[in-house]
Amino acid sequence: MSLSAAIRTRLSDTFDMDVTLSVPAGVTILFGASGSGKSTVLRAVAGLLRPDAGSITIGTRVVFDRLSGLDVPARERRIGYVFQHLALFPHLSVEDNLAFGLHDQPAAIRQRKVREIAASFSIDHLLGRRPAAISGGERQRTALARSLVTDPSVLLLDEPLSALDHATQSRIIDDLRRWNAAHEIPILYVTHSHREVFALGDRVIVLDHGRVAAAGTPHDVLEMPEQASLAQLAGFENVIQAVVVARKAEAGTMLCRLTGTSVELEVPLARGAAGSTIRIAIRAGDILLATEPPRGLSARNILRGRLVSLTRDGAAMVAGVDAGARFVVHLTPSAADGLGLTLGQDVWLVIKTYSCRIAA
Amino acid sequence: MDWTAVALSLRLAVIVAGVLLVLALPLAYWIAFSGWRGKFLVEAMVALPLVLPPTVLGFYVLLGIGSRSPVGRLWERWTGHGLAFTFEALVLASIVYSLPFAVQPIAAAFAQLDTSLLDASATLGATRWRTFSRIVLPLSIPGVVAGGVLSFAHTIGEFGVVLMVGGNLPGVTRTISLSVYDQVQSLQYDAANETALALLAFSFVVLAVVYALMRRPWSVAPLS
Repeated sequence: MSLSAAIRTRLSDTFDMDVTLSVPAGVTILFGASGSGKSTVLRAVAGLLRPDAGSITIGTRVVFDRLSGLDVPARERRIGYVFQHLALFPHLSVEDNLAFGLHDQPAAIRQRKVREIAASFSIDHLLGRRPAAISGGERQRTALARSLVTDPSVLLLDEPLSALDHATQSRIIDDLRRWNAAHEIPILYVTHSHREVFALGDRVIVLDHGRVAAAGTPHDVLEMPEQASLAQLAGFENVIQAVVVARKAEAGTMLCRLTGTSVELEVPLARGAAGSTIRIAIRAGDILLATEPPRGLSARNILRGRLVSLTRDGAAMVAGVDAGARFVVHLTPSAADGLGLTLGQDVWLVIKTYSCRIAA
Repeated sequence: MDWTAVALSLRLAVIVAGVLLVLALPLAYWIAFSGWRGKFLVEAMVALPLVLPPTVLGFYVLLGIGSRSPVGRLWERWTGHGLAFTFEALVLASIVYSLPFAVQPIAAAFAQLDTSLLDASATLGATRWRTFSRIVLPLSIPGVVAGGVLSFAHTIGEFGVVLMVGGNLPGVTRTISLSVYDQVQSLQYDAANETALALLAFSFVVLAVVYALMRRPWSVAPLS
């Protein structure tokens, strides 16, 4: 079983989407920043959105073809879809949620399938409960089980695990992999989390502004970001242009000055002669933030700056720091509280040399 | 208390609320989910009775069902008597007059639904009808009940439309609100007070029930 799709659609005056992808059996990650068109791809494949042009084939069955006017409705596409906020039916028990897609089957078979899928996703003890009465991880399992119990030919997952802790995430992923070992269907998994890509992807397709920017194994695509925009997609919130000042071959590092500033960073040795321009990519989560000048650290780069913004993004706090160049730093809300941060105050950024990646 | 009027009002309100629920469900569904550009025109039409003086509405209904109108003539041919100043005319006028009270709470309840629930239902193989009956309707019950109760209560309390369309015939078109008016006109203040007080208490109870139902019973706690 495989999925292939060519989807062209105009979402707004400034956003045209033109994506061609082919998804073999197994987990393929659809990766990209929010607004890159990931969910649109899923919705088009599921039949919840009609593209302006293109075609979609699941296995050997064409479910959408603009030219011939074929458009199989969502309910007949046999697609498992786990929605971002799960879309469990709040008024139905876990059991009735699981059985919802099996209404055309005899009661005995329905019951057996529900029991089986509930057992393989470890939710069999929750069947009588409503979604509001079970935990976040259990809800995720229920949503996954509900989409799989109908034996879909494709599974679409829209950032289903982003709200869970890592341990729960990987347990659910293990269950999913185990299920798919027996079923071998294409699974298209949307995420913008860099970590999830490596945790579960055999293949990754990177979307950027409605186009496929790259495709391949996670390692090939994301570990060696070639362009700034790819690096940003790959979870490097900070991509800063700099000039190589000096190469310290014996230390395995080089000193760079951020363009337009006097700020210097020591980064791992890479290609680029003194005087050449490079890009330095640093993840926001790899930067430490201090409210006093730190002392006695192994980190080579300590930059003084000013806190210019502080916003909340989901479970993380995002601090903007002006240290000559603008840096984005992620903190936990409790860390932000503990530091008692106020806008405009002086802060120090601590950046390990090996947290810096060099993109040509 | 004018028990004939009370019984008449109750009968009228039950019929009107019943008919309105049947009409309002598809209309509200269309208003909530249609992507048609001209939808606002229909919404404005439905809301019109909210702002129109009841006398204006009653006047046009009266013209519309009079013996010179097509509807009135058709009715006469079927039944042998005119439609104006009958109980049936009251039902018809009340349906128009109370339409927004049924449609708006139901449409609001539909529109509040998380559309991903409808998408989920579709990907799970459900037809539109199954999605409506198993997902949309059960999750909108508070709105549907509110629509029914409000149109019932609004019909009980109407005055101007009833007077214009039905006249004030005891046992036929004299509703409870007309009865209060009559009692005041004939200076029976005690009787008027009794009826008015009963209406007041009734209205309060109805509204309390509606607001109690509006609290959403199935909220899902945000993921933590």
